[in-house]
Amino acid sequence: MVLTFASVLTNILKMTGFFKSSIGRKVAMALSAFFLMFFLIIHLAVNITSLFSEDLFNELSHFMGTNPLVQFALQPVLIFGVVFHFVMGFVLELKNKKAQGVAYAKNNGAANSTWMSRNMILSGLVILAFIVLHFIDFWFPEINTKYIQGDMSGMHDGGFRYFHEMVEKFHNPVRVGAYIVAFVLLGLHLAHGFTSAFQSMGSTAGRKETLQKLGKAYSIIIPLGFIIIALFHHFNH
Amino acid sequence: MNLTLKIWRQKDSNAKGQMVDYKVTDISEHMSFLEMMDVLNEQLVNSGEEPVAFDHDCREGICGMCSMYINGEAHGPDRGVTTCQLHMRMFNDGDTITIEPFRAAAFPVIKDLVVDRTAFERIQQAGGYISVNTSGNTQDANAIPISKHAADEAMDAATCIGCGACVATCKNSSAMLFVGAKVSQYALLPQGQVEAVDRVQNMVAQMDLEGFGNCTNTGACEVECPKGISLDNIARMNRELMKAAIK
Repeated sequence: MVLTFASVLTNILKMTGFFKSSIGRKVAMALSAFFLMFFLIIHLAVNITSLFSEDLFNELSHFMGTNPLVQFALQPVLIFGVVFHFVMGFVLELKNKKAQGVAYAKNNGAANSTWMSRNMILSGLVILAFIVLHFIDFWFPEINTKYIQGDMSGMHDGGFRYFHEMVEKFHNPVRVGAYIVAFVLLGLHLAHGFTSAFQSMGSTAGRKETLQKLGKAYSIIIPLGFIIIALFHHFNH
Repeated sequence: MNLTLKIWRQKDSNAKGQMVDYKVTDISEHMSFLEMMDVLNEQLVNSGEEPVAFDHDCREGICGMCSMYINGEAHGPDRGVTTCQLHMRMFNDGDTITIEPFRAAAFPVIKDLVVDRTAFERIQQAGGYISVNTSGNTQDANAIPISKHAADEAMDAATCIGCGACVATCKNSSAMLFVGAKVSQYALLPQGQVEAVDRVQNMVAQMDLEGFGNCTNTGACEVECPKGISLDNIARMNRELMKAAIK
């Protein structure tokens, strides 16, 4: 028993060393990316119901917004995942800038790599700005209603409030425009990020083609889904 | 052909360098890029100027000594070649060609286009070998069964000549293609298994210590590598390090 505990402890210590190495950090970036990519699927799956069923969307939103497991276990993990991915992204970007030394007078990056892969920090910053806006739009008002005012009912004027709140937000064309720009940048981020995360995790050569196809599909379907939802509610209500 | 060359000149490692323009005339399209540089240097020596320092050795594309960042690409615009194998037919009469040293904080400039790439040697020394008793009764390597697939992949990884084009071309100045290749050539073979854990850990630790950046999987290194070393070697190194971390 003591021996097992000791060996587990040694292994954890060894893993700490691993995550301090350049490759360990890459793996940590990939792991948080996997988590966030999984979250995007869930988020889209819930939101897409708003296109065909107001009731189902309300039910799901209420469940997500009030279930203790989602609220107090998954939500903190998600927030940690987002913060971790951003902070680590910036730390690595700064380290990489330092590793470059003197800049080239002429550098032809387009000759050997995609724009997406070279500008992850840029697309990432736009996504970060979007998350701030998205929090102001939806998350802070939710927290305020539920935990500050203490209204956990999810009701307003005799019915669930979620669908109406969302539709109201998408009235504003400026907000819809900003969301669309952010989703396009999210698509570009994912176009490199999806396969990149698998490569960092050491995916084997045999899976390359399948992963590239999956990555392409994922990076188009997810942002396009969110864009359709935003436009649908803007033009239909 | 007549060309304008914009070349990085730097007296020594402490000096502040700058781009200087030169003209060369009557360059044959059959010349290699280094021969064109020889013509320029002859011209400079004849006019009493300091010739441009650049690295070269075999001039057959296998030693990994020549470098240069030509028109924004490591080893110039051609694929699968080192600068010595780059021919002037890749350029046009009247072109302006920008020539810079390989840039990375871990590859400091020694003079002009010559950079210090000994960081690679220190990474190799940290684990890029197998310990074999060479007292005279060494076992015949062919006596150990190795699958054709593994042998081919190990050979592909071993073709890395350590020129540093991967680092030079990487926006993060990462050395992971080089280290990935050096780790892979042993990881794929039975002889490499005995020291596998220490090898990958020590080589990655040395790579980090030298100040190389972090790979973000842009794939630029794979495209610019004169030996076509695949990005799969980086994935294999990552797997090896993960395996080592839980062993």
